[in-house]
Amino acid sequence: MGDPRHFPALLPLLASGGVLAFVGRAVLALPPTASGLAVEMRDGAKASGIKNVVTAVLLDFRGYDTLLEIAVLMLATVAVLSLREDPAALSRRIAGRAGPVLGALTRTLAPLMILVAGHLVWVGSSEPGGAFQGGAVLGAAGILLVLSGYAQPAWAGQRIVRWVLTVGLLAFIGVALYPMFGGGSLLQYPAESRKGLILFIEILLTLSIGASILSLFLASASATAGGERP
Amino acid sequence: MSTYLVYTAGGVLLYALGTYGLLARRHLIHKVISANFMGSGVFLILIGLGNRSPEGGPDPVPQAMVLTGIVVTVALTALGLAIVKRYYTATGIDNLDDEPSAGGDR
Repeated sequence: MGDPRHFPALLPLLASGGVLAFVGRAVLALPPTASGLAVEMRDGAKASGIKNVVTAVLLDFRGYDTLLEIAVLMLATVAVLSLREDPAALSRRIAGRAGPVLGALTRTLAPLMILVAGHLVWVGSSEPGGAFQGGAVLGAAGILLVLSGYAQPAWAGQRIVRWVLTVGLLAFIGVALYPMFGGGSLLQYPAESRKGLILFIEILLTLSIGASILSLFLASASATAGGERP
Repeated sequence: MSTYLVYTAGGVLLYALGTYGLLARRHLIHKVISANFMGSGVFLILIGLGNRSPEGGPDPVPQAMVLTGIVVTVALTALGLAIVKRYYTATGIDNLDDEPSAGGDR
């Protein structure tokens, strides 16, 4: 009982209780049924040629949100990359430690995961899936490869990795700005090439998101090897 | 009590829990995890409230917002952890109770 740290702190408790009361009251005050925008979105998605409504919302109706979201991910990756200390420490620590079972499993799984990532992007226009899901699987495949001792190939130097990281955002900005040259507005995809443009953005975004996730993981994993401080 | 309210109430609880953790916990990684709790609470609230349609079937707009939010949360978590880790390697301190030593770099 002597350590004041183990008591529930009064001020945070009050703040937390206040938040609970306010948000709870606001939620309870909402009407129990509301159709939201489901109907409009379904009609709009039919018109845009993207059958999966969530994908249509992400890249078409609310494309600006997604554009800024990619920018946030990119900024965080740049910040984390600039905070890392020894990029190669993790690879050095793991190199040569993977046993034959892990190696065989990785050789089977990694190509499958890349295939699944591609599939998720492709079905994203009509079924659940899309750039983020595909990018997450792609990033996980990269993490698996690094953790089971496959070192970065020599061609994957810093310059290429940085291009892969940014190509999604650059392509998205390009496609977003393109209609403005013809007198349109930001992100107003031309009607006839809408589906193709969205697929184009999604594929490049998948690569960038996968590379981002891998870089975030590697950069934060490599700072201190095994918990000891340098 | 309708189904959407269960999810929404869970989200509100998670958010309040995260608020407490963020303010009360002294360990830096606990703070990052608490921020994650708050984010997850917001997602649960959004998903819960998006499921009130009388025709059935969820509203796709909150779902897309949550998908966006998850990516932003990943970015937040990674950046937070990287900063905490760098701070720890630089000072040897992982919480708000310890004072930095006089030399700074231990």
